[in-house]
Formats: sequence, structure tokens, C-alpha cells
Amino acid sequence: MTTGEEPEGLRLTAAEEASRRRRNRAIGLAVAALCLLFYAITVFKMGPAILSRPM
Amino acid sequence: MSDLGADLRRETLISNADPADFLALLKPRVMSLVVFTALVGLLLAPGAIHPVIGATAILAIAVGGGASGALNMWYEAETDALMRRTANRPIPAGRVTREEALAFGLCLAFFSVMVLGLATNWVAAGLLAFTIFFYAVVYTMLLKRRTAQNIVIGGAAGALPPVIGWAAVTGSLAVEPLVLFAIIFLWTPPHFWALALVKSGDYGRAGIPMLPNVAGERATRMQILLYTLVLVPFALVPLALGFAGPVYAVAGFGGGLLMLVWAFAILRAPTPDRLARACWRMFGGSILYLFALFAALLLEWSAGRLAPLLPGGWA
Repeated sequence: MTTGEEPEGLRLTAAEEASRRRRNRAIGLAVAALCLLFYAITVFKMGPAILSRPM
Repeated sequence: MSDLGADLRRETLISNADPADFLALLKPRVMSLVVFTALVGLLLAPGAIHPVIGATAILAIAVGGGASGALNMWYEAETDALMRRTANRPIPAGRVTREEALAFGLCLAFFSVMVLGLATNWVAAGLLAFTIFFYAVVYTMLLKRRTAQNIVIGGAAGALPPVIGWAAVTGSLAVEPLVLFAIIFLWTPPHFWALALVKSGDYGRAGIPMLPNVAGERATRMQILLYTLVLVPFALVPLALGFAGPVYAVAGFGGGLLMLVWAFAILRAPTPDRLARACWRMFGGSILYLFALFAALLLEWSAGRLAPLLPGGWA
């Protein structure tokens, strides 16, 4: 079904797109930092015991 | 789609917030004092904590403190818009919506408590959760608009970080962190009432019953002096209990003397102009005083750790 007109939806302004990009980057960095943090907590809290568990 | 519809959707859906706006929701300046006092509590505690776990604990306490700031700004957006000091905060300035701030604050509160609990222990995590609850609910929602004693009782939230830091290492409470708690607790009223005296017009417009608006300027000046008279000798208790040394004594006696001078200057200021100057001096000076006390504890702790490493010993 074509009407010959593409739905426009909402077009972001340049400023909105830029601020969204900055927010996305910040969220990405925060998630990466959390992964590293959880990894570090696991390793440093459990130490070598992390490998010692019954199969 | 009509232009009106697009405009409405733009109004409601599109955020222009920058990461810096979300950072501002965490009240970074308050957070720096929280980090510093929590660090001192953590380092003074007996027993060892792995540096990475210790740093994680401080991070969690900082983020928890930030979460209470965000929840505070969520609840107070309308009052903030009425006061010059706070009108440019992210929500009243229109850069962040209230819903965003609420979601942000709740997420950070949950994650900070869970991370602290998993990394250290659940006593520390419970204390952090209590601190966030006390600041966001007891102080912001219940006390702030109801009683002139708002910051006296609410000050407990700001005083808890060294206790949380201590508990992160030991998993329990002791006299030392409770003394540090009491020092910050007693420090809060003279510090904030000095600001409230200068900004009483702002607080009046916003309908917040700060002491100068309720009890009057004269009574507030007297209360500042009375609290300072209790705080200064109490701040010397760490010396009596033996967990502070000569550097702390200098900060406690020297800084305490200055605090008394500033409190008397407020009491006796003859003109509104002189009163404003005395209040600003107390407001800024009291931050330095508290910082000096905790920095002295930190310095003595570092000296105690480094002394055995130096050739010939020291201290």
C-alpha cells in the first residue's frame, strides 16, 4: 500500500540529536564502567576462591 | 500529522538534557564532602579492606548521596523555581523533567545500596539505604516545610557517611564513627542558619520555615552561637578518646576559635550589611573548619601508615 507520501514522524533538530548522542555516550560509558566494576569486585572479593567450587 | 501534534510530541517526548545536567542532579559539591568524610571513616576503621573494595565502597556512598540529591530536586522542583539560589537547577530550568530525575534518583539509590552490600556488607548497605531514605523522605518530604528544626534533624543524613565508611570495613558500629557523626550533626545548624539568615527572603518566598523566618533574626543569631559553643568543645572529643593527635588538636583548637569568633560576629553585627558579611564568613569558614578536622584525621592516619616505611622511623 503506497500513498506516495512517507510518514514523517518526528524529526529531531540538530541540537536534540547532538544532546541525545551525548546522553547515549554517557550511558555507554556508565554501563562499561559498571561491567568493569562488577568484574573487579568479583575478582578482588573472592580472589582465587572464584575458581574453587564443586563441579 | 498536524503541526500542533508534532509540537505537542516535541514538548513531551524530546529531551535536551546533557549528561552534565544529570550530574548536576547529584549535587556534586555536597557529594565531595560526603566522599571525604566517608573516606576518613573508612580509613580510621580497624581492620583491612582491599583498596579496590574500599574505592568501590566510597563510590557507592557517593552515588547514594547523589541519588538523595536527585530525589530532593525531583520533589522540590517547584520550590527551587522560586528561589534565586536554586532556580537554575536542571528541573526548574527545564533541562530535565521531573520524571527523569525521579527515575534517575531511584535507579542510582537502588544500585548504590546493592553494590555497597555486595562489595562490603549489608550493615553498611542498610545504613546507606537509611541515609537516602532519611534525606529524601524524612527531611525533604516531611520536615523541610513543617518545622524550623528541619535542618537540625535532617542534618543526621549528612552526618552518616563516616559511619557508613567505618561499617564498610568492620560490619558494625563503634564509638569513634558515632563521634564523627555527632561532630557533623552539631556543625550543620550553624552552617546552614548562617546561609538562611542571608537568604531568609528567598526561603520566605518559597514558604520554607527556616529558623530566621519563624523565630526571627535575633533568635537565629543566638542559636548559631549556642550550637557553636557546643560544637567546638565536642569536636575535641577525638583527642580525649585517643584517635586523634597533635595535627587534629591544631585544627580543633585553631578552627574552633575561629568558629567562635565568627559566631560572635554574627551575634553582634550592628547593620544588615555587616550581618550579611559575618554570615557568609561563617558559611564558608565552617566548611573549611569541618574539612580541616577531617583532613587532620586523614593526615595523622597517613603519617601513622608511612612512619614505619621511613628510614629511622618517624612520629
